[in-house]
Amino acid sequence: MSADDQPKPLLDIRNLFVQLPRGAERTHAVEDVSYTLNNNEILCVVGESGSGKSITARAIMGLLPAPHVHIDQGTIDFNGESLTTIKESRMREIRGGEISMIFQEPMTALNPVMTIGKQIDEVIRFHTKTRKKHRRQRAVELIDSVHLPDPEHIIRAYPHELSGGQRQRAMIAMALAMEPKILIADEPTTALDVTTQAQILKLIKELQQSHDTGVLFITHDFGVVADIADRVAVMQHGRIVEIGTTDQVLNHPQHPYTQGLMRAVPSLTPPAVRSISSDTELSVNALTKTYKSGGGWFGLGAKERIVHAADNVSIKLHKGETLGVVGESGSGKSTLARCIVRLINAEEGEILYQGVDLRPLNRKEMRPYRSKIQMVFQDPFASLNPRSKVGRIIADGPRVLGVPSAQADKRAREMLELVGLDERAFDRFPHEFSGGQRQRIGIARALALDPEILVADEPVSALDVSIQAQILQLLADIRERLQLSMVFITHDLRVAAQVCDRIAVMRLGKIVEAGPTATLFSDAEHPYTRELLNAVPGKDWHPETATAPLKQDP
Amino acid sequence: MTFWQLYRRNRSAVLGLLILLTVILMAACASLMFPEDPFRLAGKPMSVPGENGFLLGSDTLGRDVASGIAHGARTSLLIGLLATTVAVLIGAVLGGLAGYYGGWIDDILMRVTEMFQTIPSFLFAILIVAIMKPSIQSIVIAIAVVSWPAVARLVRGEFISLRNREFIQACHSVGMGDIRIMLAEILPNCLSPIIVAGSLMVATAILIESGLSFLGLGDPNIISWGFQIGAGRTVLRSAWWVCTFPGIAILLTVLAINLVGEGLNDALNPRLRERT
Repeated sequence: MSADDQPKPLLDIRNLFVQLPRGAERTHAVEDVSYTLNNNEILCVVGESGSGKSITARAIMGLLPAPHVHIDQGTIDFNGESLTTIKESRMREIRGGEISMIFQEPMTALNPVMTIGKQIDEVIRFHTKTRKKHRRQRAVELIDSVHLPDPEHIIRAYPHELSGGQRQRAMIAMALAMEPKILIADEPTTALDVTTQAQILKLIKELQQSHDTGVLFITHDFGVVADIADRVAVMQHGRIVEIGTTDQVLNHPQHPYTQGLMRAVPSLTPPAVRSISSDTELSVNALTKTYKSGGGWFGLGAKERIVHAADNVSIKLHKGETLGVVGESGSGKSTLARCIVRLINAEEGEILYQGVDLRPLNRKEMRPYRSKIQMVFQDPFASLNPRSKVGRIIADGPRVLGVPSAQADKRAREMLELVGLDERAFDRFPHEFSGGQRQRIGIARALALDPEILVADEPVSALDVSIQAQILQLLADIRERLQLSMVFITHDLRVAAQVCDRIAVMRLGKIVEAGPTATLFSDAEHPYTRELLNAVPGKDWHPETATAPLKQDP
Repeated sequence: MTFWQLYRRNRSAVLGLLILLTVILMAACASLMFPEDPFRLAGKPMSVPGENGFLLGSDTLGRDVASGIAHGARTSLLIGLLATTVAVLIGAVLGGLAGYYGGWIDDILMRVTEMFQTIPSFLFAILIVAIMKPSIQSIVIAIAVVSWPAVARLVRGEFISLRNREFIQACHSVGMGDIRIMLAEILPNCLSPIIVAGSLMVATAILIESGLSFLGLGDPNIISWGFQIGAGRTVLRSAWWVCTFPGIAILLTVLAINLVGEGLNDALNPRLRERT
């Protein structure tokens, strides 16, 4: 590695071990980790969940949840000072002053009962002795520097009055208040939409360059790495498996783990077109769903707010086809999915399945159609009843339809095998399984009813990239084997490119554009679609060309 | 970890359990230890503890205080358990319906609940017993009527947070009926808080029962700790033991049940498990 040619690094971590409490999955969260961070560079630490990337950041900040988790061995040197042996009072000065941090979820990292201005002011007041007037002026400057509109207004705003992107900008303003030498960013864009993510990444890069800051950027997304990193460290099970410049790691990865991870990143180039029959399986015509909030009793109280979650939406799903519904949060894509499986009742429009309009059916009339349209949910931890055994969770569906118990159990065992789980899973509880395995159980539950249409609502977005690849593979297999038609809801255009035959782009409850995947990716017509495509992190990096060749090593 | 291992980590909860088991044992063996009717005039009135064959003394009419405490334990535990069971049943049904369906059902049920909550519970219990004839049945009803709103609120909250979870939506999407979803899917997930609240409610019920008996509103045919204290309060200065021992019995039992409730809470609430 050629990282040590600079004279003196800003941050120097050597042989760091962080111990976990007894009874944890492994003895150390971080094992023998060494890396350096220089002035004016962005070091990305990449890894899947549980790889120890955030723990390292917390160790630097002295924010480990002591006494259960503590530094066991190793040194962290910051500008010649040893952060592992330093006094707590000095550490407090460093925290927020010389090293500051931004977090994944700006809504929980900001105090909800304090205005943005007050929270920025607190940082400055703690670290300096400037007068109130100057502090206020500085806060306005900071807000302005992160390109938030109307700083005077933002300063008086509470966190809930801002959007997710604005909140993250405010967090960044707060982190930069004391012009820190190091900025630690722990998955700062994971909770944001792609277009917002692109803007925040641009902002971080811009501020880093103008202030000569060293940025330690923690992420799980190789696309983000490709966009902003100068150097990359890849972590697995608490160890650094590979470290080097962005070009080295992303385009010529050496370690098999890195190579595997990159192979799992879905490519933005759609695969060859599948032949799809032209028979219509399901058609949704002019579906409308509005949410009303506020209003209060007898029209008193707050003014009513109306949100058009689905506004005159029409889609057509052909037999055996996978239709992607793509959009950012609040676009109404999940509402559409839930309307189709009739978890939400739409007010107007048609949901035509085999010539029957499902929308106006009541629960009893709907029952015979329930099994035909099944859903796979997003969060594998929330979608399985923690108090039920896996076998019961899967067999419940057939049983509700009147299948005898023994037969339903048999069906459940078959489904477990179909989704690649051991039959022994039948008698175990959901908490004994990992996220990916749980998602397989969720898929098995949907398939147990022998559906013709599968509505998958972000089925892989809660999973790590390597697990994500496995689940996508499973869905692809099953759809071929069982001739399933699929409505695939996702916010991730990479996933959509690989899975979907056609894509509909949604925004603010409306479908702005729909078309075959390849056409949509090559020449999108609507400006919003183009904006989405442009915002995909790492769009100029092609993992498929990076991994295969250049493997001279044994 | 097994349930017992989790429970055992709270030392005071184990102590509470031991005391409670002793009280239960005492209630179970009351007829063996004191085969005679506790209302029987057993000997010289106002005997000091240890004299005239009275372990804990006798009261103004010569009734055995120890016998009263042993038999009174039955009354207290019986009324505590019965009243709590009834209250939990009413509360769980109403709270569950309100939480699951929401909307106007929730509005109506919760306004009714609030109506009950606005009346001071002990006065309300006195009122109910006074209207009906004082008997075990009316005391149980009175305690249940003043206790269920808390359970209803708790269950409603749990149902509201669970009804929109994805696993419940999955049940809807296979066409499962409402009753089955409520009983087989949601209820098992909110059993722990109900058990904890219920166990603490037993202690409150025992206190209310003692209070009612103290005021002379208890069942006249059944001995209870509250009745004993009421009977001895006029001679508190000359015969302290008549009030003191039943008082200690109430104190220990209520304390024990509260400790057990705390222990159950620690053991059943997974979010607190990591805390040491």
